[in-house]
Amino acid sequence: MADARLKVFRGTIEGGALKDYQVPVFEGMVVLDAIHHIQAHDAPDLACRWNCKAGKCGSCSAEVNGKPSLMCMTRMDSLPAGRPIVVEPMRRFPLIRDLVTDVSWNYEINKRIKPFKPKPREADGTYRMQQMDVERIQEFHKCIECFLCQDTCHVLRDHRRYEFAGPRFMIRLATLAMHPLDTENRLREIKDQFGVGYCNITKCCTEVCPEDIHITDNAIIPLKERVAGEFYDPLAWLWRLVRGKKADQRSEVH
Amino acid sequence: MDNYEVCEHDVIVIGAGGAGLRAAIEASKEGVSVGLVCKSLLGKAHTVMAEGGVAAALAYADDRDNWQIHFRDTMRGGKMLNNWRMAQLHAQEAPDRVKELEEWGALFDRLPDGRISQRNFGGHRYPRLAHVGDRTGLEMIRTLQNHGIHQGIQVYMECTIVELLKEGDRIAGAIGYWRETGVFVVFRAKAVVLCTGGIGKAFRVTSNSWEYTGDGQALAYRAGADLIDMEFVQFHPTGMIWPPSVQGILVTEGVRGDGGILQNSKGERFMFNYIPEMFAAETADTEEEAARWLKGDKHARRPPDLLTRDVVARAIRSEVRAGRGSPHGGAFLNVYSQLPAEVIRKRLPSMYHQFKKLGDVDITSQPMEVGPTAHYVMGGIRVNPDTQESTVQGLFAAGEAAAGLHGANRLGGNSLSDLLVFGKRAGEYAAKYAKDRSSGPRIDEGQVREAQQTALAPFEGNGTENPYTLLRDLQTVMEEGAGIVRNKADLEQGLENLKKLVARHRDVKVEGSRHFNPGWHYAVDLRNLMTVSQAVALCALNREESRGGHTREDHPDSVTKWEQVNSVVRLRNGEMQLEHARRPDMPDELKALLTLPEGA
Repeated sequence: MADARLKVFRGTIEGGALKDYQVPVFEGMVVLDAIHHIQAHDAPDLACRWNCKAGKCGSCSAEVNGKPSLMCMTRMDSLPAGRPIVVEPMRRFPLIRDLVTDVSWNYEINKRIKPFKPKPREADGTYRMQQMDVERIQEFHKCIECFLCQDTCHVLRDHRRYEFAGPRFMIRLATLAMHPLDTENRLREIKDQFGVGYCNITKCCTEVCPEDIHITDNAIIPLKERVAGEFYDPLAWLWRLVRGKKADQRSEVH
Repeated sequence: MDNYEVCEHDVIVIGAGGAGLRAAIEASKEGVSVGLVCKSLLGKAHTVMAEGGVAAALAYADDRDNWQIHFRDTMRGGKMLNNWRMAQLHAQEAPDRVKELEEWGALFDRLPDGRISQRNFGGHRYPRLAHVGDRTGLEMIRTLQNHGIHQGIQVYMECTIVELLKEGDRIAGAIGYWRETGVFVVFRAKAVVLCTGGIGKAFRVTSNSWEYTGDGQALAYRAGADLIDMEFVQFHPTGMIWPPSVQGILVTEGVRGDGGILQNSKGERFMFNYIPEMFAAETADTEEEAARWLKGDKHARRPPDLLTRDVVARAIRSEVRAGRGSPHGGAFLNVYSQLPAEVIRKRLPSMYHQFKKLGDVDITSQPMEVGPTAHYVMGGIRVNPDTQESTVQGLFAAGEAAAGLHGANRLGGNSLSDLLVFGKRAGEYAAKYAKDRSSGPRIDEGQVREAQQTALAPFEGNGTENPYTLLRDLQTVMEEGAGIVRNKADLEQGLENLKKLVARHRDVKVEGSRHFNPGWHYAVDLRNLMTVSQAVALCALNREESRGGHTREDHPDSVTKWEQVNSVVRLRNGEMQLEHARRPDMPDELKALLTLPEGA
């Protein structure tokens, strides 16, 4: 097979440029194979993160021909032939070096989410849940924390509104909100601290998700509805007033 | 001397996969200050790639199950070489550890009655593996991570530990560098827990990532600790073999647990020809009986496709040697003729995705091509079965880095339970050890300086060796000399070649700066990988029998006298020493469990 041409970003926060490389192509090759070839033969110090090489760990996130992608799951033969393949770091996050970015902001956001608080066990010491109820959250648990959704989200990427926790953490908050065992109410934080209102449903995050999680439809929109029901629904407000419940208290989770 | 930062904790846990996270959570619960150090970002460790499930005798899916049978299965799977006390504790405590994960948010697949569902797996007599489709490891690591970040643990990400530090005979901490900047950092700690995983990168075809370079085993060895059973490397029978890009990537045993069958190029279910005597009484000997088992007939015996991994891996290799292999030198794994397409997509979603996307194969209508891949090391750091303390005071180990539980061969699903049970124990006893010591240890500047010089050596001098080339050559040497089937001549040659590689490693040269430089990172990790490779080859050469993951074509049988001993490797006077140590005797009440009557 013919060689492939790649243009790979090399540089640090002080500056850098795309650099040309040529690599031999073999059957089934993915972009991460090309990066490994470059490391072994041309640029041993080319910085990139990777682990499982099977789309399960979410380490090798980058922008391939401008599209946020996992390098290990992007087949060379899926990209236009005859044109160089451009590989750049995720643009949303501060650059560390070459293809490696500083994603620590995500870990900080996660810490601010109130932890899971389970209800007590059944009398026989088990938790009983139906597969159907578990499955809708299992979709969110497929998230491999590649942060490609955070990279592509225009609220974060273009408008730099970091009051919005981003699609990854909307998923995490939705997981907790829909968890059959959880008893914590996080609706006020979802509204104020994590900024669910910033999302205007362009679904870019859903498009880049390598796990095909329906982030917008199944997580963000239901969260928006719950927040609206809790804080903006006049009937619900009146009902709570009559019943003497405060808006902060859990009134609607399942 | 190079500058370094200092971080102080009572307990430092090195490695943040399942075992490391579980150890850190438990140590923190004991009220001590805990630091958790990992080479990658948090949540990316190999646990994330575990697929099939976590073994625990919950007896939800089949009420005939109990810890005694789990103990028996583990010992038989390990060909009796296991540390019996670890196998006992593991079987007894795994159910509680799994239930605890539910309290921390994990969502396992359910039975119709709402309890946790359990699936069949190789060597487990009853359906025993709690699971989440085929991505159980992801569920576990994320659950531990999201629970762990609220326990007051300080996490240090992307930090490579290069040496343990000692004060006299005991542990005083560790020194490493930040992968981002190359700046050194000293962790001063009363106790250190090694949870660094395995050594898979010693082989070219492996399911393991770049991280698995035997760091924990080599760090412990250099600090004077014993390693045991290093000859026992598990080649998982079903790795992807085509296209080249995916060679070695794991295909979960869950495929066979859910009914998948192995076939050769003639379409024969060859596993019926490879049933060892030890398992004959409980293995189906006709396709008809195997089919009844899949339909849920409790009187039918398990299909031979679900024999233990060592047996299946050798069988596939034999079929290939006999000219009955698949086009790319493996076997066919067929689940499409056994289950409806929608069931396959539901139970094995990530296998479906992985083959479709990377292999152009639709597993709901086509067979998979699979072959053995280096997957797991049963050997590792010798530990006290109750406390997980190594033979060095204050140094603990858990998970794949530690040894004992799995003997000569690990059962699928017993790794995820291992890391929970013994991760917890390691954290608990490391914390207790730290609490018993009032004053912090003293750091020896000489040791720090030496570790820094060794780590920085690849930048100095006029060496010409490329770290990537060295790694590839090491993998070739190990595959040829100490791979899935071994013999005396190849092992001796392998050890010779390893010596040459160690000499070449002294001439390793890296380009560029210390700023996130993967070439340098490999050069540093290679030192550990070479040490553990030598230990594997040395133990393998001296164990003159075949048992579990160790197969000698010049000594094809298991020999009773070898069942009595563990291979122990230690560093003394600058040399790797090997000793065969007698195993502790098993109490009679446990011995009785090994011969449980049929149907018990």
